[in-house]
Amino acid sequence: MTSQVSSPAEPPVLGEQRKPGKEIRRLDRVIVRFAGDSGDGMQLTGDRFTSETASFGNDLSTLPNFPAEIRAPAGTLPGVSSFQVHFADHDILTPGDRPDVLVAMNPAALKANVGDLPRGAEIIVNTDEFTKRAMAKVGYATSPLEDGALEAYNVHPVPLTSMTVEALKDFGLSRKEAERSKNMFALGLLSWMYHRPTAGTETFLRSKFAKKPELAEANITAFRAGWNFGETTEDFAVTYEVAPAQAAFPPGTYRNISGNLALAYGLVAASAQADLPLFLGSYPITPASDILHELSKHKNFGVRTFQAEDEIAGIGAALGAAFGGSLAVTTTSGPGVALKSETIGLAVSLELPLLVIDIQRGGPSTGLPTKTEQADLLQAMYGRNGEAPVPIIAPATPGDCFNAALEAARIALTYRTPVFLLSDGYLANGSEPWRIPDTGELPDLRVQFATTRNHTDADGQEHFWPYLRDPQTLARPWALPGTPGLEHRIGGIEKQDGTGNISYDPGNHDLMVRTRQAKVDGIEVPDVTVDDPTGAARTLVIGWGSTYGPITAAVRRTRQAGGEIAQAHLRHLNPFPANLGEVLAAYRNVIVPEMNLGQLAQLLRARYLVDAASHTQVTGLPFKAEQLAARLQEAVAQGLTKEAADVR
Amino acid sequence: MSAEALSLIPKADAKQSMKDFKSDQEVRWCPGCGDYAILAAVQGFLPELGLARENIVFISGIGCSSRFPYYMNTYGMHSIHGRAPAIATGLATTRRDLSVWVVTGDGDALSIGGNHLIHALRRNVNLKILLFNNRIYGLTKGQYSPTSEVGKITKSTPMGSLDAPFNPVSLALGAEASFVARTIDSDRKHLTSVLREAAAHPGTALVEIYQNCNIFNDGAFDDLKDKDSAQETLIRLEHGQPIRFGVDGAKGVVRDPATGDLKVVGVTAANEADVLVHDAHAASPTTAFALSRLADPQTLHHTPIGVLRSVERPVYDNAMADQLDAAVEQKGKGDLAALLAGNDTWTVVG
Repeated sequence: MTSQVSSPAEPPVLGEQRKPGKEIRRLDRVIVRFAGDSGDGMQLTGDRFTSETASFGNDLSTLPNFPAEIRAPAGTLPGVSSFQVHFADHDILTPGDRPDVLVAMNPAALKANVGDLPRGAEIIVNTDEFTKRAMAKVGYATSPLEDGALEAYNVHPVPLTSMTVEALKDFGLSRKEAERSKNMFALGLLSWMYHRPTAGTETFLRSKFAKKPELAEANITAFRAGWNFGETTEDFAVTYEVAPAQAAFPPGTYRNISGNLALAYGLVAASAQADLPLFLGSYPITPASDILHELSKHKNFGVRTFQAEDEIAGIGAALGAAFGGSLAVTTTSGPGVALKSETIGLAVSLELPLLVIDIQRGGPSTGLPTKTEQADLLQAMYGRNGEAPVPIIAPATPGDCFNAALEAARIALTYRTPVFLLSDGYLANGSEPWRIPDTGELPDLRVQFATTRNHTDADGQEHFWPYLRDPQTLARPWALPGTPGLEHRIGGIEKQDGTGNISYDPGNHDLMVRTRQAKVDGIEVPDVTVDDPTGAARTLVIGWGSTYGPITAAVRRTRQAGGEIAQAHLRHLNPFPANLGEVLAAYRNVIVPEMNLGQLAQLLRARYLVDAASHTQVTGLPFKAEQLAARLQEAVAQGLTKEAADVR
Repeated sequence: MSAEALSLIPKADAKQSMKDFKSDQEVRWCPGCGDYAILAAVQGFLPELGLARENIVFISGIGCSSRFPYYMNTYGMHSIHGRAPAIATGLATTRRDLSVWVVTGDGDALSIGGNHLIHALRRNVNLKILLFNNRIYGLTKGQYSPTSEVGKITKSTPMGSLDAPFNPVSLALGAEASFVARTIDSDRKHLTSVLREAAAHPGTALVEIYQNCNIFNDGAFDDLKDKDSAQETLIRLEHGQPIRFGVDGAKGVVRDPATGDLKVVGVTAANEADVLVHDAHAASPTTAFALSRLADPQTLHHTPIGVLRSVERPVYDNAMADQLDAAVEQKGKGDLAALLAGNDTWTVVG
């Protein structure tokens, strides 16, 4: 493919022009990690660097990592906040295992992150913060900058704080205020090092501080000072270029997008495609709140957002809105799902469309609110009283959250059922380039409401029966209040098949339980596809949700090392794709990596009687491709051994 | 009748009667239950409103009273314990063309669903909440409730209950309710008049209905119902009228100049002018609250009934609709393609 990447706003180079004389090295990929105190603005810095990188046309993947406390005690290890961005001239799948560059704003940030660096990595340290006290706070008896502890790395000591203050001396800011811009100084320096376009950041700062133009100018000055410092100082002799990822992207218009943003957009799109007003009932919870924030901005799309008094009211209001004909959604994380369980059961019984979006985080209980995990699968599958089946789907990447929202809406609307969408903290906050879809290619999700009575008595009288089902989908009619002649009552108490009247009849209950199960079992979902390039693999790796990137990266490494391995990834977890049993049976060895203690593996083993092996990790962080690849290579070897044993 | 509360709801084509509101389902409350009287009063009064039947919705939680929607030939939902106000909030907020009623009990509304009740009242969503208070748990067969008097002997409290009861009217007034009333199941005329005012109220209306459970708490309100004793125990409030009760209006409610609180006095020629005139529309809920506190929590003597408070303030669902309109006015109708594209894009050409 001959492709070219064009950036809409190639910036006028800020400060001074790039001077000749410094060496430029070309790299195919780089991993940068910004780390500092929770109050140092590392997330913003990482976001800006990512935007610059996206607009330059690299492929990228990000990993924000921050504590649950808003301002953890300054200078401590638990207070360290970091943002990692991996960018490349080819397609990449993960935020990367080991940073090539670490920006450490203080001793805590250095200490917390240095262990992840490969030998030879570059470390840019803010020397101003390396006071005796600050170092002692994190257990450095002597300065790591001087005692040889960092010999394996290429250390750039930079007095970031004092140079920022010096650059801003004419702004009449207090020292404390001026120091706050040090993250922009660091961003300027990194932007210089990696030839990032800078106009976007200046525009961003002007708009962010539109009400305080002097702060906008101060931040821009610090940003430029950082850039100029790189250009001027002898310490940085080399800059790096990473070419746009030309071949990685099919033609189209792209933007950078995080999982929560893509999910919010997917919901707005689903509402438009279904021609139903969107209603979100939600209670703030990390890491799902950003969806509430985002949707509350789009009232001009007819979106109603309701910040409820608690999780239960959030889903309750959504269910009420569904009864009234809205595309109803509730967003939450694991602890919220626990509270919503009874209402999800009611939605199963009422058979109304409802999206339950769970942005999973570390558990149990409050667990790790800002870290990622996939441990709510069995909660989504079984976490209700009685037989209460709920379809489950899971997006694979941040951008895929958009499609997953549309797919969840399709199932909910077609089958009149609550649907679980399981995203997680990694997808929610991570970002990647996303091809902006043409709205003409989005699925048609329009529904037919009931308008006429659907049953005639023996004596010729017409009735509306709310539980008379569509023979194909087993969905019941959706009759909205306000429709004359279809007045009816629904409830959580068991109801008679057809009429919907209260029924305690044993046979009827058995029928209704089995029918609700059959409806979910019968949901049409696409077959799972298998990537098995040679067709000779004996081992299959299968995952679900956000592990797609790390698993795929590990599969590539395994194949590069000569291992034959097949890969499948599940988007639909209930019901499973119809061909899944066949797929599993076709491989001698099945391995299931998950960020839990083996929940999908348990479902697969129970359902298909397959000897699936689990590979699990519950660190609150995504799998690292390198470690996962090592495990996959073992699995490939096991597959061959097993086969050899079979032959014998 | 306030035009605003019902103006968005379509009207019935033809004159309605009580029987139009009876569903084909057999009513299954215990014979003699106070719920029958309330059901009859509601079915009897709704035709007055002249609303299209299909635009009326009853939503309930769990408990004896919560079977109510099955008996109404309207749209209805029998939901889960305590959550009816939350569910009704979602419906009323998205469908201003509906008249949404919540039917709940003292356990449903004040125990398991207390949080939803107070927040519905605070938001002032266009809901009419009928709280059937029988001071006992009926459906679970006779445990004490959050409105039971202290010392109540029940299956779960054989030595007497320990906790002080809620006064639902006081609670609602404290939760910023814009309309609070109390009535009694057996007083059809009074019950109907209160329902009428509640229906006309824009925003959340809470109507507490004292309801006799003849199985587990029979006679709980006899002192308020017996013609003779009621004269002394019941304070009938009417907006704009002096608050007097007792034989020949011998007693009245006055403000104690020393404490500012309300008290009951014998009315004499000397103090007659001091008798408080009931103002349901007072901006401050203070006096309504003081009135609600006249009732003895154990015996319910000096219980005020009628509309304690009825004031107009912004209605949540209207305010939300206004915000949606304002957003369209400011930003134009949402353009999906523009939203998805955002401001920061790059193009890859093939």
